[in-house]
This record gives sequence, structure tokens and C-alpha cells, in this order.
Amino acid sequence: MKITDMTAVQLSAAIKVGKATAVEAAEAVLSQIEREDKKYNCYVTVDREGALAQAKSVQEQIEAGTLTGPLAGVPVALKDNLCTEGLLTTCSSKILHNFVPTYTAAAVKNLKKAGAVILGKTNMDEFAMGSTTETSAYGPTKNPRNPEHVPGGSSGGSAAAVAAGECIYAIGSDTGGSIRQPASYCGVVGMKPTYGTVSRYGLIAYGSSLDQIGPLTKDVSDCATVLEVLASHDEKDSTSVARDDTDFTSALTEDVAGLRIGIPNDYLGEGLDGEVKTAVLQAAEALEKKGAIVERFDLSLVDYAIPAYYTIAAAEASSNLERFDGIKYGYRAKEYEGLHNMYKKSRSEGFGEEVKRRIMLGSFVLSSGYYDAYYLKALKVKALIKKAFDEAFAKYDIILGPVAPTTAPKLGESLTDPIQMYLGDIYTIAVNLAGLPGISVPCGQDGKGLPIGLQMIGDCFQEKKLIRAAYTYELCEKKF
Amino acid sequence: MSKQYETVIGLEVHVELATRTKIFCGCSTAFGAEPNTQTCPVCTGMPGSLPVLNKQVLEYAIAVGLATNCDITRYAKFDRKNYFYPDNPQNYQISQLYLPICRNGGVEIETAQGGVKTVGIHEIHMEEDAGKLIHDEWEDCSLVDYNRSGVPLIEIVSEPDMRSAEEVIAYLEKLRLVIQYLGASDCKLQEGSMRADVNLSVREVGAKEFGTRTEMKNLNSFKAITRAIEGERERQIDLIESGESVVQETRRWDDGKGESYAMRSKEDAQDYRYFPDPDLTPISVSEEMLAGILAKQPEFRTEKMKRYKEEFDIPDYDIDIITGEKPLADLFEATVALGGQPKKVSNWLMGETLRLMKERETDASDLCFSPENLAKLIGLTERKEINSSVAKEVFEVMFEQDIDPETYVEEKGLKTVNDEGALKKIVEEVIAANPQSVEDYRNGKEKAIGFLVGQTMKAMKGKADPGTVNQMLKELL
Repeated sequence: MKITDMTAVQLSAAIKVGKATAVEAAEAVLSQIEREDKKYNCYVTVDREGALAQAKSVQEQIEAGTLTGPLAGVPVALKDNLCTEGLLTTCSSKILHNFVPTYTAAAVKNLKKAGAVILGKTNMDEFAMGSTTETSAYGPTKNPRNPEHVPGGSSGGSAAAVAAGECIYAIGSDTGGSIRQPASYCGVVGMKPTYGTVSRYGLIAYGSSLDQIGPLTKDVSDCATVLEVLASHDEKDSTSVARDDTDFTSALTEDVAGLRIGIPNDYLGEGLDGEVKTAVLQAAEALEKKGAIVERFDLSLVDYAIPAYYTIAAAEASSNLERFDGIKYGYRAKEYEGLHNMYKKSRSEGFGEEVKRRIMLGSFVLSSGYYDAYYLKALKVKALIKKAFDEAFAKYDIILGPVAPTTAPKLGESLTDPIQMYLGDIYTIAVNLAGLPGISVPCGQDGKGLPIGLQMIGDCFQEKKLIRAAYTYELCEKKF
Repeated sequence: MSKQYETVIGLEVHVELATRTKIFCGCSTAFGAEPNTQTCPVCTGMPGSLPVLNKQVLEYAIAVGLATNCDITRYAKFDRKNYFYPDNPQNYQISQLYLPICRNGGVEIETAQGGVKTVGIHEIHMEEDAGKLIHDEWEDCSLVDYNRSGVPLIEIVSEPDMRSAEEVIAYLEKLRLVIQYLGASDCKLQEGSMRADVNLSVREVGAKEFGTRTEMKNLNSFKAITRAIEGERERQIDLIESGESVVQETRRWDDGKGESYAMRSKEDAQDYRYFPDPDLTPISVSEEMLAGILAKQPEFRTEKMKRYKEEFDIPDYDIDIITGEKPLADLFEATVALGGQPKKVSNWLMGETLRLMKERETDASDLCFSPENLAKLIGLTERKEINSSVAKEVFEVMFEQDIDPETYVEEKGLKTVNDEGALKKIVEEVIAANPQSVEDYRNGKEKAIGFLVGQTMKAMKGKADPGTVNQMLKELL
């Protein structure tokens, strides 16, 4: 088996028994990037020298027996909104075109401790705002399954890199579906953990109350393995939760007997592509055959999730992105008159259209006189959505549905109508508003050969149920 | 001026808390370090960094709230105040608007008429300080020092309950003492660890509605506050008398010129777009936490004054001065505990200490000598091992650098000579050398003996007890 076709678990096992070395692994993936990335543009930065140096050091530690974990020596790609000390971190924005962080994100530190070899930084929608990776200042990423189509977003570079064998696994972030939706479009596994499971320290914030870091992998075993390494309680993140149940790989069992699965009717209604619907319902059937109890129910409030989400995320983003002002780092306009003009020109020139749209939207909903009508109301909707999920989880272990209404659209189709693009997030964003874990697993493809994603949502801290169900489903698929 | 006017004043007081580290990160708050050496990704607002509340800040804020009779908010939050300025690295300040930690308090002050009145406290909230901008005239550029960025502050917002500069000063003194006693801050106006903005309006006596107010900034001393209040009162009355109206605006006081000028008016007031900071979880103040802080509250000034009156035989005036500065009260109590006689300890504090503080223009909080050394010095004088002028000399050195007076006296050979034979020899020499004074004394000029005592002390290089010398002279003459 080619190294670039291996999963992380397979590759680390091979390295462990001496069938491959970490350096060979890094070299194999780096040459894959060299060959393929001109086509797909998955990466903003490839750190060839850094990766080889890390691989060499990791290999020595593996041989010395000091590094024994299942990610030791395995090359990984990081979304370009995760701070990496000494390595360019742009958020795919012109405003951070030259930003080299002075510190490394907590989640990345966890990976490094486990012996991960960092290949570089993947392309994304600018500041994670977008659903197609087309809002990047460094050009769009293309879907390796069909380069005329988008890879999804905002973690499109990460999902595409996994699909193209340009990394063994990748890390993304999910604020409204930014891991699950590109995973679905590219035919890989992606998981957004419960809010607070992975430290946000060093993740350049978009919507702080919604952002969560998670894995994009080739299969469910890798997903559980990577999440186990990413998750940790971090005193530097006040929203980080101390959990003692992060042994996610223990849930890799083929067992869904008695598992109660609810499919919201709201997730199968208008706007859902027929082929996607069929694939999702077939997946539910497969789980039912394995002993799960599958029912339909009404979740309600789904229609309110999008306006609530875009109000809250934009409000937080408008404040989070204020620090990008051309003063301390990043892009500064060449000509300006005085401080105010410098701010205005640097930000007008440095940010792209979608980011400016959300900054304006966020500033508006927080401004005096509108705060109660928009921002406060959105918070109330958020609380009601959480309550609706609580009621659903009193009856079901897992909520099942599609990840997105359609398969990956063609490049250039989405940006012309932002509202339409926002509506594409309908099945993923409620999960972020409620802080829940959600997983996307491939469940077939449409007539054009584009992958379809199955989404499973769990109650807070119930990642293990999702992993168990996803693992079981994956095994059924492999038997076909 | 025919009409009678009343001044209405409310204060916004910022107090820098005496925590070792900053409010949202572990950086040091120590003053005077090289620019940008006490910084990290959090207090420089680097992308991806996150704030974590320093618990000590919360405890101090609650302690001040309890001491000023506030309700403590059991479920409080931090909010972001959004505005662009280079000293503010995130371009938002983390503060509290919607659910501040303390509300509805008040302190009692004495009025000029000798009565007591309560000044209400609307709220106390916690927030972070900004960095410091330094303009480099030579290079024509501005530099930012983020050492101060993230230093914890509380803002104490009073009700518009004060009616004169005297009341304002009394209120500020009261706050300063309470906070100093808590150890929450040294509250130095000159150094900026306590800053007061004055909101002032005037209205005709008897009017029910408040007039339009202005906010005065940059007040760095009690004197400046007093002058600014007088100045602003007159400016507003002049406007009203001449038929113009007061504009709601922020003004900056120039103490050198003795006048203020407008900084910004209400029209260009910014919309700060406050909203709860999603990076900080809400604060819930538990019953245990509150009880713990209450248990640690110190003895405040009023109680202390009462206790001093009962325990120590010292004048009310001394009690007033000593308890008026927490460091003095601490020194006093510690020295007495080490065996210093209260009145003697008080004398040293009221006399030499205050004299030297005035001379050197230093604060009580700058006092460096230890109670141990003061007790030793008192011991030396009580045992008559040194005389009072030597003691003052030694004290002055102690005041500078906290030396051990016993070692110092020993090393410098300043001990009083108590060897009667040696002393007698010198006294006899002085008598022999000054026949005129001896003659005068014998002729009934009592004063002449003073000269002889002086001559003896001089010959002894000050190391004699003047009382003993006097006694000996009388006997020999």
C-alpha cells in the first residue's frame, strides 16, 4: 500500500514495526503535494524543511521508544487559522499576509507532543467565513473528486488535502459546519466535538462562542484517534471543559443495538436534493439493520437557526476582527493620512468582501438601538434551539440527517448569492448554536460521482455514541 | 450674580488593583520595567489568544464592594467595549456594563457643617487598563508600551450626591482609606493608581431637575480636583447667566493654566457596541467565596480609631493622623507589639517620621524602616544608651535605608558614655576652661549652666546624656 493511501493508524503502525520511517512518510506526502497541489490549491504554506526536520526528530524518538502513540511520525495539515510559532498563519486573508505567530495553538501543541509532523497550512475561506473556500485571498481550493467543484468550506483546504492524499489527516475548525460540510463534499470523515472539548487557545477566532477545532480524516478510526489527542482541558481557555471521558478510541466498536436514532422531518423537507435524501435514508436503514431503533420526529425551530447564527457569529466576528488594524502586524495601507484613515484604508484593502459584509452585519446588530432587537433576540433563539435539542435527546441517542442539502456546487456558483450560500448551512449550524458534537461520514455519491455526507449529532459530551454509530456504519459500507 | 446656584457632582474613580499579575494573563504588573518586557500574546491582543480572569481581581473588587456597602452581583459578566485606539491592542476593552460585580452601595462622609452624609455608589466594575502611547518627537512617530495593558482596574461610579469640592475630597479620602486598608491598592493620585473623573452640573438652588453635566478628566491631585471643580462651576454659571447653555461634553483640565478645554462632545460620542465577552465564562459568586472574603476583611479606620482610644494612651490627634494612613497604623501597631511604649512610638511617627516625609516629599507607603528597628531605637533611648539628638541622627539614616540602629550605634561609636569617672574628668576640664560662665552661674545666672552643658556635650562628641551632665555640673559647682 502506498503511504499516501494509508490512514494515520495504518501509517503509524507501519512506522512502529520499521516498514516505513517518519522521514519516508513526510517525503511521500510532500511529493504528493508537489505533484497534485497545483491542481487543487489545498495549501497556503507548505513547510517542506520544517516537516522533514520534525520527521527526523520524531523518528529518533520513536526508535528510542519515547514516542509510542498512534500519531507518531504521521504527517498532518493544519487549517491556516491555527497559530504556529515561526510559521506563516494567514487565515487566508490579505490582512495577515505576513503574520508569523509568536506562539503555537494548544491543540497543535497536543499534536506535536504526540509526534505529529506538520506539513503546512491549508487554505480556507477568509477568516473561516464562507462555505466553499472561494473567499480565500489566495485563490479557491478545488475538490479533488471533481476539480470543477468546490471542496466546501471553510475548512476546504483541509478536507481536500485529505481527499487528495496531500496529507494523512488534517485539522479544521467548525463554527457553523466548517469541518462537516467540506468533509461531506470531499468524501472524508469530519467531526466537530462538543464546545469546550478542544482548547481554542491559538485558534484565530471567528465566532468565539461557536468555534471548535476538530479532525478531518480518511476514516472513523482516525477521527477517534486524532480527537483523543486534540482534546484536553486548558487553563488558558476559560471555555475549556475538564473531561475524563476523552478515550474516544474505546468507542470504536461495531455495536448499535438498541441505539435510538431520530431523523428530524425538518431535515428532509424542501430544498433537500433527492439523491442526498435517498443516500441518507439508506444509511439510516443500514444502521436499523444493525439493531438501531430509527424514528422520524419534528425538531422544530430549524428555520430560525440561520438568522440566529448569522447574527451571533457576525456580532462576535465584528469584535474579534477589530485587532486587525495595520498597527501591530499584518497588512498596512501604503498611503494614508492620520490614524483614522490608516485604520480605514488598511482594513478596507486588507479584508475581502465576505468578511467586510459580516463585520458590517455584526457591527449593526450590536449597535445601540438595535442590540435588543437583533443580538439579544438571537441569543434567546439560541437558548430555545438548545432546549429543542435537549427535548430530542431525552428520546434519542443520536439525531441523523444530511450534512448539506446538495453535493458540492460548481466553482463560482455560490458567491453571487450570499443568502443562498448561508441557507446551505441549514443542517449544520444548529449544532454549533447548541454546542453539540456532530460527525460527517461519507454515505455514497450522486449521479455525477460527487460524495454525499451523512451527519450524526449527539448530545453534549456524547462523542462516543457518534463514533460507535459512525464506525458501525463505515463497516457496513465496506462490506458492500 | 443674583441667583443662587448649587453644584451637583458625581465621580467616576478608577483604582489600579495591587495584584502581582495582570487581570487576564500571568504577566507582571510591576511598575517601571523596560517597555514591552511585561507582555504576552494575551495582553498584546495577538490573534488566537484568550483571557482568563485573575481570581485576586474578583476578590479585591468584591472586598471593596462589601466595604462600601454594595450588593454583590452573584451572577456577573464581562462585556467588550469596542473602540479603535493603538493603546488598546484588541481594539476592545474587556469591562463590565450589563452585570457589574457590585451595585447600590454608599459611604458616609463628614460635611463641612460637621454633619454626616451618605454618598451613594451606583456600581463598581472590573476592567483592564490600556497600554501607553509615547510620541517620539525626534522620529515623528508614536510608540506603544503594552506593559500597562491588562493591569487590573476597578471603576467606582458614584451617584450625583456631592455638592462641593470639600465633599468630593472627603469622599475620595474615604475611598482611598477603605481601599488602602484592604490592601487592594496604594491609591496614589499622582502616580495614577487612583484616577478621578468629575461629572459636574449646576442648577438653581431649589430646582428639582439636574442641569446639563460635563465630565472633567486629567485630575492628578486633590488640589487639581478642587481647582477644577471651582473653575467648572464658575464656567457653567457664567454660561447660564449670559443666556447660553452648557454643552454635554468631556473636558480636559490643564492644571498649569488653571483652565479646561473641550475634548469631545456628546454628538461625537462613540457607540461602543457593548456585548458579553464570549471568551470569559460568567462569574458566579458562591456563598463560600463571599463568606471567605468577609472573614478576611480587615479592621477599618473607624473601628481602629475606637480601639486605639481604648487600648493606647495616646491623644486623639495622634490617633487621627496615624490611622489616616494605613502604613503608619501598621508601623504603629507592629512596633507597639514589639514592646515599644505606645506614646513613644506615636511620638516618633508624629514627629520625625512626618517631618522627614514632608521634607523628602514622600508618601507613607514609601516608608522603608521596619517596626523591629524602630522598636530597637526606642529601646536604645529608653535605656539611655543614646541621647535624643543622637537618636534623631540614627533615625534619619534608618528612614533612608532601614539600618539596624543597634549595630549602627555600635559601629559608629555613638553610645552615650556612662562611665562617671571619664565624664567627671571632662566636666572638670570644662569648668576650668570657662571661668566666666562659672562665675556667672555662681552669681545666680541659672542660664550659664546651659552653656557649660553644651561645652561638655561638644567635648563628649554628643555621646553623653545631657541630664546627667547637668546634674554633675550642679554638684561640682
